Amino acid sequence: MSVTMLDKLWDAHEILTNDEGASLLWVDRHLVHEGSHHAFAKLAERDLPVAAPELTFGVADHYAPTRHRDHVDNADVAKMLDRLSRNTDAHGIRLFGLRDPRQGIVHVIGPEQGITLPGLLINCGDSHTSTHGAFGALAFGIGATQVAHVLATQTIWQTRPRSMRITVEGALPKGVTAKDIALHWIAKLGTGGATGHAVEYAGSTIRALSMEGRMTLCNLSIEGGARFGMVAPDDTTFAYLDGRPFAPKDDAWDAAVQDWRALASDAGADFDREVRIDAGDIAPTVTWGTTPEQALPITGTVPDPDSFDGARVKAAREALDYMDLVPGQKLSDIAVDQVFLGSCTNARIEDLRAAAAILKGRRAKVPGIVSPGSMLVRAQAEREGLDRIFTDAGLDWVASGCSMCVGMNGDTVPAGNRCASSTNRNFRGRQGRGARTHIMSPVMVAAAAVTGHLTDAREFL
Amino acid sequence: MAGWTTHNGKAVALPRANVDTDQVIPARFMSASRAEGYGGYLFADLRDGDPDFPLDRHPDASVLVAGPNFGCGSSREAAVYALVDAGIRVVVAESFADIFAGNAVNNGLLPAAIPDAGAILDALGDGTASARVDLDGGTLTIDGKTYAFDLPKIWREKLVNGWDDIDLTRAHADAIAAYRKTRAKTASWAWPDGAS
Repeated sequence: MSVTMLDKLWDAHEILTNDEGASLLWVDRHLVHEGSHHAFAKLAERDLPVAAPELTFGVADHYAPTRHRDHVDNADVAKMLDRLSRNTDAHGIRLFGLRDPRQGIVHVIGPEQGITLPGLLINCGDSHTSTHGAFGALAFGIGATQVAHVLATQTIWQTRPRSMRITVEGALPKGVTAKDIALHWIAKLGTGGATGHAVEYAGSTIRALSMEGRMTLCNLSIEGGARFGMVAPDDTTFAYLDGRPFAPKDDAWDAAVQDWRALASDAGADFDREVRIDAGDIAPTVTWGTTPEQALPITGTVPDPDSFDGARVKAAREALDYMDLVPGQKLSDIAVDQVFLGSCTNARIEDLRAAAAILKGRRAKVPGIVSPGSMLVRAQAEREGLDRIFTDAGLDWVASGCSMCVGMNGDTVPAGNRCASSTNRNFRGRQGRGARTHIMSPVMVAAAAVTGHLTDAREFL
Repeated sequence: MAGWTTHNGKAVALPRANVDTDQVIPARFMSASRAEGYGGYLFADLRDGDPDFPLDRHPDASVLVAGPNFGCGSSREAAVYALVDAGIRVVVAESFADIFAGNAVNNGLLPAAIPDAGAILDALGDGTASARVDLDGGTLTIDGKTYAFDLPKIWREKLVNGWDDIDLTRAHADAIAAYRKTRAKTASWAWPDGAS
């Protein structure tokens, strides 16, 4: 019988099933951050210990200041960072805190440290946990009640999702990235298009992606409604992980790789849903509205709300009102006030290199922030001289954290300002109250910085 | 958490599609402790400057009817806290995002997925209607019309009994310990290497 990777991973973690059809699953890695305070409070209320502190890792990212780390001025931010330190200390959990040279965004440092591996079940109280599926892991975001449950039991109750395969074939055109693959399928299927499903990405295009690209793609699965995104592990995966601090070593490594090679979906495995995309049909894509499905190729124009069906007509009208755009306007004519290059979606070394290649020797027409995905990515970029390219262009080179993607640390876009952003959500107010966000790939952010308006990055390549 | 089987309340419409959890509660309010209460932050930015916001016109509503894909985006459970603390017991929509729906059930809030939710939205308009929810029957009756909602069995049990997962799971401690032992043997690589 042919089995999907989803079922192989699920079956390997299933401790038991109950009469209601839910599975109790073993959790191999649990990642906590400042936002996990509710869960620790639930544990404290009942005086419960953490079941497996050695499988739990803490990271300061959501509230991490990106400037002036020696003294945290913002009392709310200081409180959140302090709570995380105290909670992880009290339970013997390893913490990548604000002053740790390995600190960064949880979905960047998990893989970077080799904490993330193929074949694992990984939970974190963050919807972008789907990122880790890029390694062939069963990784999904959970809420605070579930975080408390994982802390207390190292297990989670879950109903098996339906399986969905998105197969992308062919070479990506010049200037088209993993971000564009994601925005392309989400625009096609909708933000709820993959709800209830675990998405496996397959095909020659996916095989050719670097781990950074696969992480970007899996990260954005949740924006199409899929709580899980995954890619079968292969030599690209193993080469990325070999030698990472928490990855297995020597004989254990060889045994692991042997197990991991068996994870891929069997030929002939049946999926509940199949979607096929031709890579040649994908263009550099930008969002024009307030959900990730409201996205179009940069060569397009702002759509007429009446061109949609059903609830999407009103949604488009409200989005254009919020975004201050009019139908028929060329997307490449939309002027931006600032740019942001960062987030768990697109702030890894490859993203910074790609953006720097466009900014090299050029000046940005608008201000902007570059926040690397981790402090180790930051150090690597500095060794390569990328920081100089960004600062010479007039952009701010800051420390690592979730920063302006979610605005919790005080890095926000002022009301009414328009930001070209390498992040994952263009929701109303996501980057700050009244902020207008256009999401796009790092090269598109760099191109927008240079021209001061949304721009087809291919003009610079 | 107390369980419940039926609920009678006032329904109000929020005719928006893809209401993401950043709309339900903006990120800047999420550092509050649970005891401080989250009701005052519900839809903070949407209702600010909108005197006609449905829940301001009808603050005693307990059944919120919204557009499809309600609760998409961030996994923040604070979105559910804000709804519950503001007195909402049931959200009705054509569809819900997976993480939100799970969080809702864990806090006694019913995510009632009803294919005809659009018709209920239209019928409600700016007004209200009396609503009755029956978890055993899996039905919502609104203005005399009855709709069925699909609710996984495990979710119905949890809502009805007010079950706490941690207690339930700890009853399986032996099975968990046995699994852990086997996994440590058959997949020893799944434990992080001590190096740092």
